[in-house]
Amino acid sequence: MPWSKVLVETVAPDYDQHEGQDVRKLSYGEALKEAVEQAMAVDPRVYVMGQGVDDAGGSFGSTLDLHKKFGPKRSFDTPLSENALTGVAIGSAMAGMRPIYVHNRPDFFFMAMDQVANHAAKWNYMFAGKTNVPLVMRATTGRGWGSAAQHSQTVHGVFMNIPGLRIVMPATAYDAKGLLLSSIADGNPVLFLEHRWLYKTKGHVPEAMYRVPFGKARVHRHGDDVTIVAVSQMVVEALRAADELKKEGISAEIVDPRTLNPLDEATILESLKKTGRLVICDTGHRTGGFTAEIGALAAEKGLSYLKKPIRRVASPDVPTPAGFTLEAAFFRDSKHIIAAVKEIL
Amino acid sequence: MPALNTSPKSAANRSIPSEALVEMLRSMRRIRAIEERIESEYSKDEMKTPVHLYIGQEAVGVGVSANLRKDDYVFTGHRSHGHYLAKGGDLKAMMAELYCRETGCSGGRGGSMHLIDKSVGMLGSSAIVGGSVSIAVGTALASQRLGQGRVAVAYFGDAALEEGGVFESINAAVLWNLPVLFVCENNLYSVHSHLEARQTTIELAPKVKGFGLPSVKVDGSDLFDVYEKSKAAVERARAGDGPSFLECQTYRWRAHSGAGDAGAAKYRKAGEHEEWMKRCPIGDLEKKLIADGDLAPKAIAEMDAEISREIDEAFAFAKQSPFPKNEDLGKHVFFEPEAK
Repeated sequence: MPWSKVLVETVAPDYDQHEGQDVRKLSYGEALKEAVEQAMAVDPRVYVMGQGVDDAGGSFGSTLDLHKKFGPKRSFDTPLSENALTGVAIGSAMAGMRPIYVHNRPDFFFMAMDQVANHAAKWNYMFAGKTNVPLVMRATTGRGWGSAAQHSQTVHGVFMNIPGLRIVMPATAYDAKGLLLSSIADGNPVLFLEHRWLYKTKGHVPEAMYRVPFGKARVHRHGDDVTIVAVSQMVVEALRAADELKKEGISAEIVDPRTLNPLDEATILESLKKTGRLVICDTGHRTGGFTAEIGALAAEKGLSYLKKPIRRVASPDVPTPAGFTLEAAFFRDSKHIIAAVKEIL
Repeated sequence: MPALNTSPKSAANRSIPSEALVEMLRSMRRIRAIEERIESEYSKDEMKTPVHLYIGQEAVGVGVSANLRKDDYVFTGHRSHGHYLAKGGDLKAMMAELYCRETGCSGGRGGSMHLIDKSVGMLGSSAIVGGSVSIAVGTALASQRLGQGRVAVAYFGDAALEEGGVFESINAAVLWNLPVLFVCENNLYSVHSHLEARQTTIELAPKVKGFGLPSVKVDGSDLFDVYEKSKAAVERARAGDGPSFLECQTYRWRAHSGAGDAGAAKYRKAGEHEEWMKRCPIGDLEKKLIADGDLAPKAIAEMDAEISREIDEAFAFAKQSPFPKNEDLGKHVFFEPEAK
């Protein structure tokens, strides 16, 4: 088992710590591919499947040409059948393999809900730990391009309500590689949720295999006036907002949990204790999701730290519209974060 | 009622050694006796988990399992006792699970519908109709890719052919030529709903044929028919020639869940149950073995006495076992390497 040799990081570099420096940089998409490729090279049990993983696009480049390098038994196209194919991945995982099932869009998880929620999530518990499911389910959230209600959803809020699922949402290239390697090694069903808008972002990515641990938030910026907790692409929006706020003398601390299950409550509460103000930013809907959960955390365990009510920056509770004018009204960005911060200063 | 093979047992063909037949009879009698004991104990309300009895369907699980290797995979659903026992699953661990004890095969977390015994290729059963079929296909994929030569059996009922995931699974298994047996136990009822209220035909094998795999009708009350047809399917899978579908026509003698079938008159067709009871898979085989001189009547009594002792022990073990600790409620939500 080579996974024990893949070290967990001890010190995570900051998001833009290497800007302008001559260090090895990869895009988020390249980092994902490197993780899969290295995992396949060291562990013959790892395989990749999903619609179009072996086509000319190769899942936005993240699985490109893996079938040529490792053969069509280890990187292969599938019938659409998301429900049964999730079951197939689960069964193969129980039988000793390490599947990575790639979906183009998280919306398709709803086609596989029975296998994800009733089977993968519960199997280890139902059988008292006798059969585990080391399965990685990847999907890339879209945004924009008129993709509309069934091709732009984020689904992590729904899955947060199901015990037994790891939920991983990398925001940087470094975390994309390290968290994907951790996901493959983890031994549990992992929803690995990527964001299409992050695919071209670049950052320092070491060539050697490394793992970013689950349940350990990254503080992208240190600040004193407000804590901004953000996930996935909202981390980039938060960084933009922090740059703008800095010009006005407002110092924001940005906390990226990186994994929603397990959740690093301690780092969030520690930051809140320092700043006393909390803005929670999500790519998902407002009700019952990530922002609601972090809000509840603050109310339950950090109420005495709060100087002002929390603010949430999340998608409104409406399906995603297609038209670009309505889209602009729907999606949240740095402007909304800045406005939210100013409301509670 | 579907047209059944009423002619002499299809295996007038005596390719099966008599010791193997006696062993299969023993396995069926054992399953029946265990289910009957569960039924008689159930009213005491100490087994606080829904039970779905296999009485009447024993020839299917036993006939299929007789063709399997110990390391072949078996996946099943809520009516799982018979498949588990026929494959060699541990009886004490099953009974302790039905009493929701710490010593149960699932540590008291699964109950009757979630049985596991990895030592005989059972990695767990699902209570979602058709839910474990695709998982079985996944183990077959692993077997093929890892070159293990293991075959996977997916047991499911007629209602599973109303679930899309099962058709998706069959398509994938045929596409990838995987070593799978799809064993459909058509017992005509889903809870209280007759197959006629749910599908346009009560003959299920023909509708699956179009996926491009052998799809055959099997007399599920006839051990010989089950044995011979599953043997062919297992050999085909093991040889790398792909999956098969077996529609085993059978009948659920008891209620969907629990003991007896108090409401039978409200949902079963008049006379239907009686007709099926005439075709007892155990009684028919027993008569034949005695008539052929393969088994002495007193050997049956000895067999039953031994089974009865084993059942006594298993129930005693279960009832004496401790309950899971409340402080362990959250244990096993996630896999932890040290737990393995």
